[in-house]
Amino acid sequence: MNEHQQTLWEFMQQQSDKLLTQTMEHIGLTFIALLLAIIVGLPLGIFIARKQKLSGIVLGIAGVLQTIPSIALLGFMIPVLGIGPKPAIAALLIYALLPVIRNTFTGITGVDATIKEAAQAMGMSKGQILARVELPLAMPVILAGIRTAAVINVGVATLASLIAAGGLGEFIFGGISLNNTNMILAGAIPAALLAIIFDFLLSLLQKLNAKKLKVAVQVLPVILILLSIVYLVPSAYGTKLKAGFTPEFMGRQDGDLGLKQKYGLKIHTLVISDAVMYKAAYQKELDVISGYSTDGRLKAYDLVVLNDNKAIFPPYYAAPIVREDALKKFPDLEKTLNMLSGYITDSVMTGLNYRTDYLHESPEKVAKDFLVAHHLYKEDQHGSGDIVRIGSKIFGEQYILGEMYSMLIKGYTDYRVSTKTGLGGTKICFDALTNNQIDLYPEYTGTGLLVMLQPKQKIIDSLSTDKDKTYQYVKAEFEKRYQLRWLKPIGFNNAYAIMMRKQQADDLNIKTISDLKRYLDSN
Amino acid sequence: MISVRQLSKHYGELKAVDNISFEVGEHENLILLGTSGCGKTTTLKMLNRLIEPTSGEIYVDGKNVKDQSPESLRRSIGYVLQNTGLFPHYTIAENIAVVPKLLKWDKSKIESRTNELIEKLRLPVDSLYKYPSQLSGGQQQRVGLARALIADPPVLLMDEPFGALDNITRTRVQAEFKALDELLRKTIIMVTHDVQEAFELGDRICLMDKGHIVQIGTPQELLFKPANDFVKQFLDAQRVQLEFKTVTIGNIWDRLPVGGLDNIATTLNENTSVWASLTAFDHQKQQQLTIKNADAIKTITYEQLMAAYHQYQQRPQV
Repeated sequence: MNEHQQTLWEFMQQQSDKLLTQTMEHIGLTFIALLLAIIVGLPLGIFIARKQKLSGIVLGIAGVLQTIPSIALLGFMIPVLGIGPKPAIAALLIYALLPVIRNTFTGITGVDATIKEAAQAMGMSKGQILARVELPLAMPVILAGIRTAAVINVGVATLASLIAAGGLGEFIFGGISLNNTNMILAGAIPAALLAIIFDFLLSLLQKLNAKKLKVAVQVLPVILILLSIVYLVPSAYGTKLKAGFTPEFMGRQDGDLGLKQKYGLKIHTLVISDAVMYKAAYQKELDVISGYSTDGRLKAYDLVVLNDNKAIFPPYYAAPIVREDALKKFPDLEKTLNMLSGYITDSVMTGLNYRTDYLHESPEKVAKDFLVAHHLYKEDQHGSGDIVRIGSKIFGEQYILGEMYSMLIKGYTDYRVSTKTGLGGTKICFDALTNNQIDLYPEYTGTGLLVMLQPKQKIIDSLSTDKDKTYQYVKAEFEKRYQLRWLKPIGFNNAYAIMMRKQQADDLNIKTISDLKRYLDSN
Repeated sequence: MISVRQLSKHYGELKAVDNISFEVGEHENLILLGTSGCGKTTTLKMLNRLIEPTSGEIYVDGKNVKDQSPESLRRSIGYVLQNTGLFPHYTIAENIAVVPKLLKWDKSKIESRTNELIEKLRLPVDSLYKYPSQLSGGQQQRVGLARALIADPPVLLMDEPFGALDNITRTRVQAEFKALDELLRKTIIMVTHDVQEAFELGDRICLMDKGHIVQIGTPQELLFKPANDFVKQFLDAQRVQLEFKTVTIGNIWDRLPVGGLDNIATTLNENTSVWASLTAFDHQKQQQLTIKNADAIKTITYEQLMAAYHQYQQRPQV
C-alpha cells in the first residue's frame, strides 16, 4: 500500500505541470459557468418570484435541462458551439442554472409577508424592498443554491475534457483508457478536493451574520471573476492544423508519444472524446484526429487514414479473450466462438461499423444479417445450461461482436447468455474479466501488449509490426499471468490510425504521417 | 384630519369593503372594530394605499391620497403591524431609522430622535445594537412603535398592534400607550377585534360587519345607544365589564350622596371609570374614597358607589 501511494505521489510530481494546468482549467471552467449562471439565474429567479405564474414553466424547463445526461448535453452543444471551452461552459451553465434559479425563487418568496408589507408601509420603493429586504433575507438560501451549483460544476467539469475543454477529466479518462490507476487518481483526487473545498468555503459564507454577509456578498463576484480569469490564460500554442486525440491516445507509446518521438510531429493538440472526435473533424473543428482503422465513421465522414510509414502503430488483431475456468466450465464454448474466425476482414468490419455508427441500425440486426448471409445463423435453442457472460467495451464494433457471440452460443449450444455490454474502456472491461464478473470479451492484440502487459521497449521493438508474433507473445503471456486465453483472431486489424478529411488531405497532398510533419514544419 | 368618502373594495363578487364613509378629527383616536373578515384591515390598508380602493375617495389633511406617490404618502403616515414586521437582519437602531433614511435625514438628527424615542418608550439603550430576535415580544412591539413615530407623522395607522402579545404584557403595553405624550398629538386609526381594547383606547369606535359600518360613535353610545341588535349582541358577552369601564364618576355624580371631607390622601376625579374606582377600594383596603368634580368633593363608600351605578343603569333610556 505504501509503495502504491508513493508511486501516485511520484506520478503527480512528474506530471505537476500538467496537473497544475488541468486544475486551473478545472477551476476556471467551474467558475466561469457559475458566474454566468448567477448572472442569468439570479434575475430570472427574482423575475419568477414577481410573476409566480411563470415560475412553473421556468423551473420546469430548468429542471428538464438538469436531467439531460451530461455527456449527451455536451454532444448537443457541438453542432451549435463547436468543441472546446464554449460548449463546455454552456453545458456547465445549464447544470448550474436550476439550483441558482430555484433557490433565488424559494428564498425571495420565502421572505415573511409581514416583513415585506412593513417595508412597503414604511415607504420603500420596489427596488428598495428588493435590495434592502428581500435579497438580504433570501441570501442564505441563494448562497445554498450557488453552493450546490458549484459542487455540481466541479463534478460535471471533468467531462469537459471529452470535448477538448481541458480540466482534470483529461487525467481521469486518460487513466481509465490506459489502465493507469495513478493517472485516474491524479485527476480524481484533486477534483474531489476541489468539490470539498468549495463546498466548505461556501458553507462558511452561509453561516455569516447579516453584517458580514453583506461584505462577503460584495466580495464574492470579484473572487468569482478572478477565478474565471484563470481559464482565459492561453494554454496552447497554435499551428496551421489542429489535432484532436482521445485521452487514451495521448498517453500511449503507440499514440501521441510515438508520434512525437518517431515522427517529431508538433501539432496543436486538444484532448477530446472518441464519441465526438470524428464529427468534429467532419465539421472542420479539427483537422487531424486519432481513430481506429475499421471505424464506420471513416466512411461516413469521408475521412482518410494517413499511411504510418514509420510503423509506430502495432497490429490490433481482434480476438475473444476468455477465462480459462470458463473454458473448462463450458466445453463447447471455444469451438463456438472460433466459428467466427476468418470471416471478418478490415473492410467487412468497416462496413458493419458504418451500418451501426452512421446508419444507426441496431448492433443486433447488423450481427444477425451478417451471420445469416454467411450461413452461420441458427435459431435460439432456448437452452437450459449455465449462463455465459459476455462483455464488451463501449463502442459499436464491440457491441456487434458481442451480439454475434451471443447468437452463436444460443444457436449452437445449450448454454444461456447474459451480455454486459458497454463496459467503458479497456480497464473496466479487463478488470471485469479478471474479477470474474464476465467470462469473455473481444480484445485487440495491440491493447493486450501495450496496455496490459507493458513489456520492455526491446520486446515491443522486436514484435513491432508482425501480427503473428504479437499474437503468440500476448497469448502466451496472458495464460501465464492472468489465466486468460486468447482464442483465434477474428480476422480484422483495428489499429490506431491518424486520419484527416479526404478533401483536405488531397488539397495539401498529405498521404503519410511524414507528409503531415513536412507540411506542419514548412512555412 | 382624515375623510373617507364612499370607499369600496371589491374582490370579484366579494365586497370586502362596501361604500363606507367616515371622518376622523385631528388628534382623535378611532378604533376599527369587528370580527375577522369584516373589512376593518382592508379599510386601514387603503388609507396608506397598501391596498388600492375599487372606488371612493380618501383625504388626509385635505389632500386626496391618490394625488401623492404611494411611497411619499406612506413615509408621512406611521404604520404599526401586528407581528411588528421588524426587519430581522437590521439592528434595532437600523430598524427605527428606516423611514428617516428614506427621507434622507442627516445622521445626528436620526441619532438624537432615536435616543429621545427609546427613552420615552423605556427601551434599554444597549438594545439599539441588538437584533429583533434578541428582544422580548413587548420590547419588539415598542420598537415597532418607535419606527412608526420617528419621523413624527401626524397620522398613525395601527393594525392589531397588541394582538401578538400575551395578556399581561398587553395590558402593560396598552397602559404605556395611553400615557405616551407623543400619541396625544397624533390622529390614530387602530384596527382590533378585541372589544376591551377598543373601549380602553378609543375616543370613538367604528364597528364593522361584512364590509359595512354598523355603528360609529363613542364607547358610551355603542354601549347604551346601540344602533341595532348586532351591536348589542356584539358587546353582550363583555357588557358588565364594559359598562363598569365606560361609566365614569361624572356620569353618576348626581346619584351619589352629597357631602364629604378632603381628609383622605387619594382623590379620584370625575373622569375615573367606575371600574377603576372599584379597583381603588380593593387596592387601598379602605372603607371610604374621596371623589371630586369641578365644584365639589364627596366621600363615598363601596356600597354607595354600587347603588348609584345601578340606579344609573336603570335610568329611562332617552
